[in-house]
Amino acid sequence: MTMEQTSTSALNTAVAATQRQALFNHEEARYLRRKATGTFMVGLLTTLTALSVLILFIIVAYITISGIGGIDLAFFIDTPKPLGETGGGIAQAILGTFEMLIVGALIAIPVGVGTAIYMAEYAQGRLASIVRFCLELLASLPSIVIGVFVWAVVVRTFHSFSGIAGAIALAFIMIPIIARSVEEILRLVPNSLREAGLALGVPRWRVIIGVVIPTVLPGIVTGIVLSIARAAGETAPLLLTSLGNEFFNFDLSKPMAAIPLQIYNYATSPYDDWHKKAWAATLVLVIVVAIFSGAIRFTMRKFRYVR
Amino acid sequence: MSNRKLLAAVASTFFLSLSIGFAFAQDATPEATPIAGSGMVTGPMEGEAQSLNGAGATFPQVLYTTWFSDYAKLTNVQINYQGIGSGGGIKGVTDGTLDFGASDAPMNDKQLEDAKATCGGNILHIATALGGVVVTYNIPELDASAEALKFTPDTLAAIYAGTITNWKDEKLVADNPSLAEVDQPIAVIHRSDGSGTSNIFTSYLKAVNTDWATNVGAGTSVNWPTGIGQKGNAGIAGAIKGVPYSLGYVELAYAEQNNLPEALIKNAAGSFVGATGDSVTAAAAGVALPDDMRIMIVNGEGEATYPIAGFTWLLVCENQTDAAKATTLTRMLWWAIHDGQAYNQKLGYSPLPDAAIKADEAQILKIMVDGKQALPAGIAQ
Amino acid sequence: MAASSPSIANEPSTRRAERSFRSVVLIAAISMIVLLVGVIIILYLDARPAIERYGFSFLITSDWDPVFENFGAAPYIFGTIVTSVLALLLATPFAVGAALFISEYAPKTVGGILSFIIELLVAIPSVGFGLWGLYVLAPFMRSTVDPFLRNVIGPIPIIGELFKGPTIGQDLLTASVILAIMILPTILSISREIIAQVPRLQKEGMLALGATKWEMLRMAVLPYAWGGIIGAAMLGLARAIGETMAVTMVIGNSSRAITPSLFTPGYTIASAIANQFTEADSEIYFSAIVELGLVLLLVSAVFNIIARLLVRRMNRQPGGAQAQ
Repeated sequence: MTMEQTSTSALNTAVAATQRQALFNHEEARYLRRKATGTFMVGLLTTLTALSVLILFIIVAYITISGIGGIDLAFFIDTPKPLGETGGGIAQAILGTFEMLIVGALIAIPVGVGTAIYMAEYAQGRLASIVRFCLELLASLPSIVIGVFVWAVVVRTFHSFSGIAGAIALAFIMIPIIARSVEEILRLVPNSLREAGLALGVPRWRVIIGVVIPTVLPGIVTGIVLSIARAAGETAPLLLTSLGNEFFNFDLSKPMAAIPLQIYNYATSPYDDWHKKAWAATLVLVIVVAIFSGAIRFTMRKFRYVR
Repeated sequence: MSNRKLLAAVASTFFLSLSIGFAFAQDATPEATPIAGSGMVTGPMEGEAQSLNGAGATFPQVLYTTWFSDYAKLTNVQINYQGIGSGGGIKGVTDGTLDFGASDAPMNDKQLEDAKATCGGNILHIATALGGVVVTYNIPELDASAEALKFTPDTLAAIYAGTITNWKDEKLVADNPSLAEVDQPIAVIHRSDGSGTSNIFTSYLKAVNTDWATNVGAGTSVNWPTGIGQKGNAGIAGAIKGVPYSLGYVELAYAEQNNLPEALIKNAAGSFVGATGDSVTAAAAGVALPDDMRIMIVNGEGEATYPIAGFTWLLVCENQTDAAKATTLTRMLWWAIHDGQAYNQKLGYSPLPDAAIKADEAQILKIMVDGKQALPAGIAQ
Repeated sequence: MAASSPSIANEPSTRRAERSFRSVVLIAAISMIVLLVGVIIILYLDARPAIERYGFSFLITSDWDPVFENFGAAPYIFGTIVTSVLALLLATPFAVGAALFISEYAPKTVGGILSFIIELLVAIPSVGFGLWGLYVLAPFMRSTVDPFLRNVIGPIPIIGELFKGPTIGQDLLTASVILAIMILPTILSISREIIAQVPRLQKEGMLALGATKWEMLRMAVLPYAWGGIIGAAMLGLARAIGETMAVTMVIGNSSRAITPSLFTPGYTIASAIANQFTEADSEIYFSAIVELGLVLLLVSAVFNIIARLLVRRMNRQPGGAQAQ
């Protein structure tokens, strides 16, 4: 090579080296920035989660401290005693809540899941949109309005406050939650899964029941548990439908007690002793729902399919 | 599979505990023990309905549930009462979804007219107790031993109308020298929910102050000119305790149970009176009671009368359709206005004066089923 | 080849089963529409006297007077909108953030425990929340949070208007905070399930291309899950609009002025209904309260439509059962 060519090529090499270095620096800087963002986000997300958990601890701690003094065996097996007498409990309310929740869930789960299946699997865009709209409006109804509706349709017609009216009101509260959450979850199952089933000659409904639903079963169960937990704590709709009962009653056609109603009665009274009972009942409600949802979640933990 | 076993274990524990609950439930039938001194309802009776459902006002809820708990021990009859609000009680007894209702405010003519169609006749108002509405406050400078504050009808109405805004106002200091140094705005508190207590309180203000009558009026729910709303007596009691320099009104029972200061109110005779069992009973004694017992008794006559008081009523259909239920109902009502009154005072209510009991008796005797008097013979001795 | 292949799917019994299944779920779905229509009809019938008497002024006047029979619901509508929107804005970042953390960062058992704990919040009855709000949150807001906000943000122009004036702890802000706490677990639960559904292929593909974990979440997971998360948020919003007990205990229940400050006591439609329904003693009063229920449905419908428009602009997620 000539001198010129050598120096040009050296220059080129030098320039290229500088460019590579600059590029490398730039890349490194960018990489560091991306890494920093990632670390920052982890910190942020951890903080958000921690705060959410913290607020829960504060509330549950408050309920526990206020209520733990009122809990004894009598609380679970006795009916309320009048003021001034020690003891007494909310046994009839615990049983009433169970009975109405179970009946309500038996109504709500098929209707809610069925609606979700229709919207996610069969519906043409328009109908699905309309049904979703209806569900969201129904979900935003104040529970007292739901109570008024069931009162007008069931209680007034049959001339009696009743446990079944209460169960219907609870179902009314549960259905939109189940339907909307299950629909969203079903939507996320990739079509490839469905098509694989159909390609094997499996009828559509069996694809849904045998493939799609088991894939997202934990999610469906989460939605159901969420709705039951919510319904368990509602007072207003029960006030106008099942009325409440100071005595034991398992007959769905008669007024029935429920834990939130008992809490409301105790909490709005002037007596400190009854306020303690209100907190105790609140604590019992939280624990019962916690056990229930925990048991279901624990049972379902093996079901999360890895995809 | 361990999951199945776990689920089975959980389910069986659950059902086991449910059955234990059922078992205890069977044992919960109380023994019948007569209550001394009644002479009228002494025990169970053949043919009476074993359960009744009633609902309505929250104000007398504690009284009624206490009554019915002991009544169940006496007669084995389970009477279920729930406090869903006076309006709910009126609706329930009107359309037959309840065996009886309860209300802190008497039904108006229109409601009675409408009820005639569904109830087959009149709805009778049986007064069961009296309640006093106490004006309470929180002023940190005044400790427990300080004299109770005094309010006149005009100062009270002015505070709630928003024309008196400071504790140091000269009109307040005129009656309460201890307020002279308290230069703080008054935090006025009223009820946010519709309530019989508000009805009694606003009826009082309407009766004693023409401005209030013209601008605001009386009712379970009014357009309060000032102040913040709290839900329920419990809400007001809580707010009074928590907010310094606040003023509010609660039922006597709440003031007593929460150790809230109770103001003295100037009654129609000119004396400053506090709410006690006697002064509230006197409020009813000083008023001429109509036959149907539908009357507001605020600002009554008499030296010892507490001016902010009112009846609470049980509502029943005059013409009953179920003989067994009618028997139970009338026996319970008779017991309530006689034996039941012994419970009132210790629970924070006031017993009925004799004139009211007589008027109630006359009404209970009017209750008919199948054309005959429903109250069993031998009770109304 | 034969036009219809001899597979199980084409046998008459299967076709029958398919048709029955489809009809059953169709009936379930249609019953939702029927239910809503039924509710609207019943509400309308009871509300008609008030609608006829007050007309449009019901929505824009501020006077709510049962004694003199003037009913204007504007403060209630304002309170409902403010508290539910604010509650949603407060709750969503926490809910989605925690959902991401639990699904993607936390080890499986820890994640399970965390989500279980947070979902306990749903079990707490509204009455419990209300009492906690009254005795703990409201005093805390009055003594600590409100002065802080007033001193730090108050002086800033425009935004500062939100935090002006004296406070007793019971106001729109406290009500929004308690609503946010109440709807947090709903949004979180559903979002968590949604995020867990994102196919591994998407995530691993991103990582294989050299993305950091956060970038993978941002560019692969969130876009996929976005529609579902919005759905969860709408469910949370619905709860916030309709919540009565907890709100009425901390909102101050005053329906007089509409001011920009969050420190003023306010009122929501739901708590107005709950407070006054059982004691309404005249026909027109009762009608007016039922009309409030219809107005609430209207507010909810408007929110819904706005949310849909927003979602449409952000594009629906891929891979779902029905291509929209």
